Amino acid sequence: MFADILGSGTLEALFPNGISRYAIGGLLVGAATALIYYGTGIAAGASTFLESSLSYVSGQSRFQQYRGSRDWRVVFTVGIIAGAAIYAFVYQGEAWALAGSAWLTEVQPWRLFFGGILVGIGTRVGKGCTSGHGICGVGSVSRTSLVGVATFLLVAIVTANLVAAAGVSP
Amino acid sequence: MPLVLVGGLVFGFGLGFSHMARPEVVIDFLTFEDFGLLFVMFGGSIVAGIAFWILPKLSDSAPLTGKPYGRRLKSFDRNVLVGGSIFGVGWGLSGICPGAAYASLGVGNWPILYALGGMFLGAYAQGVWRSRQTETTTAVPSDD
Repeated sequence: MFADILGSGTLEALFPNGISRYAIGGLLVGAATALIYYGTGIAAGASTFLESSLSYVSGQSRFQQYRGSRDWRVVFTVGIIAGAAIYAFVYQGEAWALAGSAWLTEVQPWRLFFGGILVGIGTRVGKGCTSGHGICGVGSVSRTSLVGVATFLLVAIVTANLVAAAGVSP
Repeated sequence: MPLVLVGGLVFGFGLGFSHMARPEVVIDFLTFEDFGLLFVMFGGSIVAGIAFWILPKLSDSAPLTGKPYGRRLKSFDRNVLVGGSIFGVGWGLSGICPGAAYASLGVGNWPILYALGGMFLGAYAQGVWRSRQTETTTAVPSDD
């Protein structure tokens, strides 16, 4: 139906890998968030783990404020790692294939590292990441989160296009 | 705790399934090569949104913790814009966000350790800096 409206080839151009993997993956992420919320009342986001885990090794007040939640955040993160490993094992027949895996990123280490530093600073200063703001906050129709998502999405689009225009690839 | 583990497993499985655990997929999305990631964000937030909307109407508090059901609301201030912009530059540069980075480690993408190391370093730097800044004011723990 959509293909008729948009003209043939449009859908393939917009979604070269189809939409099912994205839609099913998104529904699972949402279902996981809903399940944790149902049982515990917690709106689980991923990025506080970065700070709460530092409370194990640092006495800084900024990290110590998360002492109460740091244990379940470790469990949540271990779950995410293990869940993704199960996916890779079931669908690719391999997890932890250290060489030759399609999963190994070719994005250059300096991009990952410096980007990672900015992600670490930005998500914590900005009160949330793609899961905290993007899934839980948007799901809560929080105006703060909607503005937060719009901000990081827009800046990320500009950044990624500038990097690509500068000829950096991958 | 077992429920959080199961939730984490499904969360990570979903991120693997959606291929969002691959920086290339995120960068393709941000450079308009493949809009599929929209379905991950909307699909996820709609399902979560239904839970955040219905559950508080059915019950006052969560069965396992007794914690009252509430929406995820954060106060708005300049930090949301400043932090969001810094995060945006980092996400656009690296193609990876925290949850997807954990999942990426799970599928065996070991170079993502560069990004995870950077994230901890960044989180530590802002934490040290802000601990000094806000010794006077009381900080409110958050759930992200």
